[in-house]
Amino acid sequence: MLTNFVLPNLAPAYPELFLVTMACVIILVDVIFGARAACTRCAVYGLSMLTLLGCALLTAFTSAGDATMTFSNMFVDDAFGDLLKLIIYGSVALVFVYSRGYLRDRGLDKAEHYILMLFATLGMMVMISANHFLTVYLGLELMSLSTYSLIAMNRDSARSTEAAMKYFVLGALASGLLLYGMSMMYGATGTLEINGVLQALAMGQANGVILVFGLVFLVAGLAFKLSVVPFHMWAPDVYDGSPTPMTLFIATAPKLAAFAMTVRLLVFGVIPLAEQWQPMLLMMAILSIIVGNLAAIAQTNIKRMLAYSGISHMGFMLLALTTGVFNGHAALALEAYTSAFYYAVAYVLMSLAGFGILLLLSRAGHDVETLDDLKGLNQRSPWFAAMLMFVMFSMAGIPFFVGFFAKFSVLLSAIAAGLVWVAVLAVMFSLVGAFYYLRVVKNIYFDAPNDTAPIVAPLDMRILLSLNGLAIAVFGIFPEGLMQLCRQALARSLF
Amino acid sequence: MNSSLLSLAIWTPIIGALLVLMTGNDKNAYIARPLALLTAVVGFLVTIPLYHGFDHASAGMQFVEHAQWIPRFNINYDLGVDGISMLFILLNSFITIFVVLAGWKVVENKVAQYMAAFLIMSGLMNGIFSALDGILFYVFFEASLIPMYIIIGIWGGPNRVYAAFKFFLYTLLGSLLMLVALIYLFMNSNGSFSILEWHQIKLGLAPQIYLFIAFLVAFAVKVPMWPVHTWLPDAHVEAPTGGSVVLAAIMLKLGAYGFLRFSLPIAPDASHYLAPMMVTLSLIAVIYIGFVALVQQDMKKLVAYSSISHMGFVTLGFFMFNQLGIEGALVQMISHGFVSAAMFLCIGVVYDRMHTRLIADYGGVVNTMPKYAAFFLLFSMANCGLPATSGFVGEFMVILGAVKFNFWVGFAAATTLIVGAAYTLWMYKRVIFGDIANDHVRELTDLDKREFLILGVLAIAVLVMGLYPFPVTDVMHASVDNLIAHVMAGKLPL
Repeated sequence: MLTNFVLPNLAPAYPELFLVTMACVIILVDVIFGARAACTRCAVYGLSMLTLLGCALLTAFTSAGDATMTFSNMFVDDAFGDLLKLIIYGSVALVFVYSRGYLRDRGLDKAEHYILMLFATLGMMVMISANHFLTVYLGLELMSLSTYSLIAMNRDSARSTEAAMKYFVLGALASGLLLYGMSMMYGATGTLEINGVLQALAMGQANGVILVFGLVFLVAGLAFKLSVVPFHMWAPDVYDGSPTPMTLFIATAPKLAAFAMTVRLLVFGVIPLAEQWQPMLLMMAILSIIVGNLAAIAQTNIKRMLAYSGISHMGFMLLALTTGVFNGHAALALEAYTSAFYYAVAYVLMSLAGFGILLLLSRAGHDVETLDDLKGLNQRSPWFAAMLMFVMFSMAGIPFFVGFFAKFSVLLSAIAAGLVWVAVLAVMFSLVGAFYYLRVVKNIYFDAPNDTAPIVAPLDMRILLSLNGLAIAVFGIFPEGLMQLCRQALARSLF
Repeated sequence: MNSSLLSLAIWTPIIGALLVLMTGNDKNAYIARPLALLTAVVGFLVTIPLYHGFDHASAGMQFVEHAQWIPRFNINYDLGVDGISMLFILLNSFITIFVVLAGWKVVENKVAQYMAAFLIMSGLMNGIFSALDGILFYVFFEASLIPMYIIIGIWGGPNRVYAAFKFFLYTLLGSLLMLVALIYLFMNSNGSFSILEWHQIKLGLAPQIYLFIAFLVAFAVKVPMWPVHTWLPDAHVEAPTGGSVVLAAIMLKLGAYGFLRFSLPIAPDASHYLAPMMVTLSLIAVIYIGFVALVQQDMKKLVAYSSISHMGFVTLGFFMFNQLGIEGALVQMISHGFVSAAMFLCIGVVYDRMHTRLIADYGGVVNTMPKYAAFFLLFSMANCGLPATSGFVGEFMVILGAVKFNFWVGFAAATTLIVGAAYTLWMYKRVIFGDIANDHVRELTDLDKREFLILGVLAIAVLVMGLYPFPVTDVMHASVDNLIAHVMAGKLPL
């Protein structure tokens, strides 16, 4: 029997294999050298960063250009996935750098933290490269389970435990919905392979009722992962309850992974059903923009506020996804999906800088959580005050920051698809959104500081945070390069 | 050779501002101030060739620059000026010098940020006046809110936070609708954001009306027109002197300029169709707001309402669709740029000494500040449109234009000469004349050299423009004629 065994082509999965190997090495290092020793902690940190660097190199230099399938077509390595993975490595690396001091101050910088984050990253990579419903699910669960444990890492904190529990219960429910939807799809099309589903749909032999029924569950599961209304209720509690480094983590890379999953399933898989899923996404997008922006006004906790603002941003991203197929034509699809992609990347860039600054201002025994904690930042550090101002104006969609052209391209897609009223609604709620972003700027610039402790942060964090903030401005002035990158990656993988 | 002049006008102040910011904290304020002044002066000097090199006979865009910016959306870095916009770039760069000087001594807190905010704003506003690409215009238009928001919020009065929010949100409301309109135009012009191409595209009456209304919301808030004017008095009262000067002298002109660059040429038939509404709103601003100004207790608020009233004249002039009306409105805008700047600077002079703007706290200032009283009188007269000052020229032209259009409209507009004189001179009388009201007034010191210089230069400008407006009106003839011809032709098939 063994003679029939053919080793699958491993090359497309080199980054994933490298990552899993390194994660195991890190566990060993931690066990062998003793978790308490300071040098071990340095080694774990260094190795984790090296792992991400190695993954980035492998991803960048092993890509074949065209999509390559492996593991019986369950796994695909394509330009779309490669670009997303590279962005995810970058954002996870920034999470490591930004959260290091915070974790050390609170005795949370255990090896488990890094290992779980790497496993979560692995889960995201699998989700991104999935070409099969089960692979999607596998990656999703790997990411989610790692994230649940990460949130509960600070096990003495009742808030964190509660947040983790909430996330776990609702996350499990969402996974169930997704799985149920997938099984319906399987029932209707007889295959779990994403390409196969597309072919079956194109043949037009699938049972329409079962398909749409399954689609609803699929969309519900995705909506939960993207935290869009009405599946958003977990987000504010989890963002607020988690230690800030975990908030930073779940607000960034997993959003990209969820975006990738959405595109893989809905666009690569069931695009012939676009006229069915677009209205669902459109309703969720509109509700998210409305609810997210309105609820954010009432928040005094900045993490909750950013959670609601994240909901509205995901609404904008979904809006772009709903404009791909219009009057039965997919001529605008590439532009629309590029807008969504760019929006997701812009959101991650802004979130990283925003939560990064909260971590910068937190120190032992003092977490920056309320809006009042930001008061007078301009007097404490004009430079980082400016960076946070960039983030806020960018999130509000004011030029010259990255958020402006992200919103602009989404609005352009919406109007091109004839959804002028949605565009008007979206800009009206951007105006509502501007209020709470302005309130943060007001606290930073117009108020006297409550807290005059000097800001202490390691040099690497200062430099990277500054670059992160400047990137928001630079991509706001020169968005073309990044947009073209997103566009080409999509174009090469989609068509 | 001249092709990069507009870029210079935009980026010189902004780069200078970054240098000023680099001086860091207030220990280095002695470097930040001269550096800011140098930047402002250089920023003004680079705009002078715009006037000298300007071809008066041409109605087209001059000093044109073109570069690709975002090819994916066909957005370009297109700059150019015509007779309508060129003067505002000069005015803006000129006023910036006085703004820097006005904050020279008074601002002691975060000097570098203060100066940098004004310089950045100056650069952005030059960008607004010279942008020929819809999105480039929009980007400058909206980005200019940020420095103003910060200026009002940090260096403003006691109620500054409220005023800053109101200013930002009101203006954003308008500009977001404009963004939708810009995208709509992009869709209907085969994917172009070029404003000049938009002037030529054919549109039916209904889309024109929608576009006109979207632009109207954006520009009416900025002008501001009645009834969306309420942010302005708040912003003016709370803003520091420099902020008020920029607001009144330049920012309000952005809205009026927008009408000439977007609303009228892109939606000419809608402009005609809605002209009665625009004229009515303008007359309400002119007359009603004039009466509102009469009862103000606060000097800055009074001048703020007088600004709204004067800007009502400007919008009135636009919708007469004749040369006198539009040119008069443009002259009025330039003149108001000088006069309102001077009025706010005058109020700033006494506010810096007394820390109150209430008219009731003053009285008999002429006894202690004779030079100041003389300047203030000149600017007050200009504000109420006395012949031989710049204020007269614009108002007179608009009234003539209005009479041509309809006698009663002209008649109603002319009442402003009475109301304007009433509120300005009554305020002047209460503040300057009479017996010395209290000990604070008795201890006032007259203008120092810096203040004398600022007010003196502005006084010359006001008088020169009042006596010899030809250099100003001459450059705009060709462009205004062209605009009127375009608007009168309309876009609808006959």
